[in-house]
Amino acid sequence: MNKLALIVVFFVGGLLVYVAGDFPDWGDPTSPASTHVGRYYLENSIRDTHVPNVVTSVLADYRGFDTMFETGVVFIAGIAVLALLRRTVVQRREEGELASHHLEAPQSGVVVRTASRIMIPFMQLYALYVIGHGHHSPGGGFQGGVILGASLILHALAYDLRATNKLFSEKRVLVLGAVGVMLYSGIGLFCMLLGGNFLDFSVLHAVLPATDEVMARSHGMLGVEIGVGLTVMAIMYSLYLDLASHGHLDEGL
Amino acid sequence: MDLLLPKFNYILYVVLMMTGLWGMIAKPNLIKKIIGMAIFQTSLILFFISTSVKRGATIPILEHHSEPESHAHVVSVGDQLGDAVHSVATVAQHAVDPAHYMNPLPHVLMLTAIVVGVGTLGVALALAQLVYKQYGTLEEEDIISQIEADASQEDES
Repeated sequence: MNKLALIVVFFVGGLLVYVAGDFPDWGDPTSPASTHVGRYYLENSIRDTHVPNVVTSVLADYRGFDTMFETGVVFIAGIAVLALLRRTVVQRREEGELASHHLEAPQSGVVVRTASRIMIPFMQLYALYVIGHGHHSPGGGFQGGVILGASLILHALAYDLRATNKLFSEKRVLVLGAVGVMLYSGIGLFCMLLGGNFLDFSVLHAVLPATDEVMARSHGMLGVEIGVGLTVMAIMYSLYLDLASHGHLDEGL
Repeated sequence: MDLLLPKFNYILYVVLMMTGLWGMIAKPNLIKKIIGMAIFQTSLILFFISTSVKRGATIPILEHHSEPESHAHVVSVGDQLGDAVHSVATVAQHAVDPAHYMNPLPHVLMLTAIVVGVGTLGVALALAQLVYKQYGTLEEEDIISQIEADASQEDES
């Protein structure tokens, strides 16, 4: 069995090394990947959208459909984990699983709790900066959403899941995740209502004050990024909740 | 060897990919298979990112330090002379040499792929937890022998 696996692995690896000779050299500016559509994005991002961070303009505008469905995939992954693992207290009592070990959960030390209490607001502020400033610096909805989710996970690690649930309940988290996807597709639909194509942000200048068609794209992208950030934050945190407690949402790790 | 030296990055990804593939095929433990999947994914992400590299180029964020004043100027000129002049002036203002910036497209594709990868990893771990709850083990051979024992019991009854 292991010998067969070894043969397969080295066969595939050898094949890939063999064809690597046909790939473009490292750092070649004239490689096929860099000459066609990537070149267009770099040359036209400022003219089309006023967004200097080309990654953001490609992510949220040129390839807006792709990103919308990727957000949907993240949301569906969160729902799938929820469906697989989550057991409510009622369900567990019916199945006779709920043991009578209502001992106080061993809480982490006071140093860890105080340090994370101090750090969490700054992490969340930084995450908002990453989302909001994604047009001009590295950042955007996915990155900022992950940082927001990490701040919630840090709280859940330092205390326990019950304490975090009291502050920010699971229900609210999941609603926020759905709101993120709705915000993204809602902005797209709103563009259709204003007479443009789906996710064609340029028509938003009719409702946004003090913008032209190009600046409206920039603002539309910000709205979309906020939606992505909400969904990613909610799903990261929800994944942790269910995986860390086998879907019971009690002590956690 | 001279042929492969400018393409050393591909060799590294192939080694990483082989590590991940080995983990997925040969390791009997489900968690190790999932780790192998993550390593495999990482090798592909690195491969895509490496296609965006251009020698001497910087990150794909266009320089716009002096933009506010000059942009305001362009707009006022455009207001006076009409939209045609405006658009021409804007194009001249923002002429960008693509050789100075890395290709943004692979970055975008991998940005979403990483987050979706976390989602799939979460689903995989949830499935592994359910398997452990059902069979009490994560070793592939033990699980298969338990399934076979259950099946033969059902056949007898």
